[in-house]
Amino acid sequence: MDAVIENLPDILKAFGYTIALFLVSGVLSLVGGTILVAMRVGPIPVLAKAGAFYVNLVRNTPLLMVFFFFTFAGPRIGIKFNFVDVHIGTFDFTAFYAGAIVALSVYTSTFVCEALRSGVNAVPMGQAEAARAIGLPFGGVMAQVVLPQAFRASVPPVASALIALLKNTSVAAVFGVLEATAQMKIMTNNNADERWGIFFAFAIGYVVLVELVSLVAASFERRWRIA
Amino acid sequence: MANSVLFDTPGPIARARHRTYTVIASVLLVGALGYVVYRLQDSGQFAYALWEPFVTPRYFQAIMKAWGDTLSMAVLSVLGALVFGVIFGVGKLSDRSVFRGIAWLVVEFFRAVPVIMLMIFAFYAIFNGMSISRGAYWSVVLALTVYNGAVLAEVFRAGINALPTGQGEAAYAIGMRKTQVMRIILLPQAVKVMIPAIISQMVVALKDTSLILIVFPIGLTKIPKQLPQTFNNVVPTTLVIAALYIITNLALTWVANQAQRRFVGEKEMLQVSMVGDAGHKQSATTL
Repeated sequence: MDAVIENLPDILKAFGYTIALFLVSGVLSLVGGTILVAMRVGPIPVLAKAGAFYVNLVRNTPLLMVFFFFTFAGPRIGIKFNFVDVHIGTFDFTAFYAGAIVALSVYTSTFVCEALRSGVNAVPMGQAEAARAIGLPFGGVMAQVVLPQAFRASVPPVASALIALLKNTSVAAVFGVLEATAQMKIMTNNNADERWGIFFAFAIGYVVLVELVSLVAASFERRWRIA
Repeated sequence: MANSVLFDTPGPIARARHRTYTVIASVLLVGALGYVVYRLQDSGQFAYALWEPFVTPRYFQAIMKAWGDTLSMAVLSVLGALVFGVIFGVGKLSDRSVFRGIAWLVVEFFRAVPVIMLMIFAFYAIFNGMSISRGAYWSVVLALTVYNGAVLAEVFRAGINALPTGQGEAAYAIGMRKTQVMRIILLPQAVKVMIPAIISQMVVALKDTSLILIVFPIGLTKIPKQLPQTFNNVVPTTLVIAALYIITNLALTWVANQAQRRFVGEKEMLQVSMVGDAGHKQSATTL
């Protein structure tokens, strides 16, 4: 475990990058997923079809290819992130980092969209019909009957999508972001005799983060549950 | 679109309004598409020379071979994952708390660790004796076996729990032992319900085979890594390879839906969530 203890500051910093990737692209994915789901379940057939096409296209592409597009193909057709150059403390957020965030958000927002849609589909038709029958206007049907139920039903699948995002941040390691998995690869290369210890140290880091997210999600699920 | 929980069947005024929105949305969508085509055209991406490799027999064969590698890695790892999943799924349902504990630990661990980390570890620490490309191949298979196996273990447990309790009770009532009940009564029914979920897990496995790029390019992903070095055509290559992945995955999804209709019926596909109790079914999309 010597290598792990010696490099502890580097490891913690690498996990810091992982967490930063997760938080920024998590927020962007939630926004993007909400826009997409509004298109997909809305009353305009053209938007619903376009949304479905886009979601199926992105969902069936490997995340690595999405990264590939934004890092290598993008600059050729004018998609560049060179203007990003932010420094917070010892953390540097550059074009690689911005590309990773865009790729992760584009990919995850389609899964968030499907998670939210499954929440909407979980509300029985009778709920909306009964709400209309007792004379609630459109806004009332939405705000007091349909959306609260849809929202509750979509908490677990959205949490699953976010946990997958947390694990997917590791793909950024392939494209020049020095987050936890990239740090692990470097250390695995430099310390051939301690591969098992290094692997378990990083694995435990990820397990802790995943458990943290799922605990938060479970507590939200409990808080919003109706008796 | 009339039968939606979100809105009533539109009347004449709403229909007229929707027509306006449809026109606006169509114009915006066509505009966006046109802009994408313009960008591609503007940067000269439609030049024939950039697309020629894809119809050149030598490169076409190389792409097909890479595609075959990707497919065989995905199939092998899902077969392995099936075995892994049944073993640890049964383990999680065991009456012995030791077995339950071990199975729980293994499943939770492999579900929480990124696949790409498993691949790096397998490549450097387990298959380091082999030649690089064989080592990379088996690293993918091993990493995806344990990851998808952990997911399938949960799917399997949900499948057993979804069976009517009368099935197990009746088997006990006619005097079967615990292993017989599992092996003869519960397992065959659960696996039948699982078949569509297993096929759609192949989509996940197929997408994840690309992650091995971090240590060594093998499978379809090696094409966008290597081909542009000769032809300087990174944009066309990325689009073509992404299209190949998408077509393969859509075909698999179609097969999974057919299997669902054939073996299970109208019920929703078995899926498990990362949070909450795995007992109740959630239609989370598998990631």
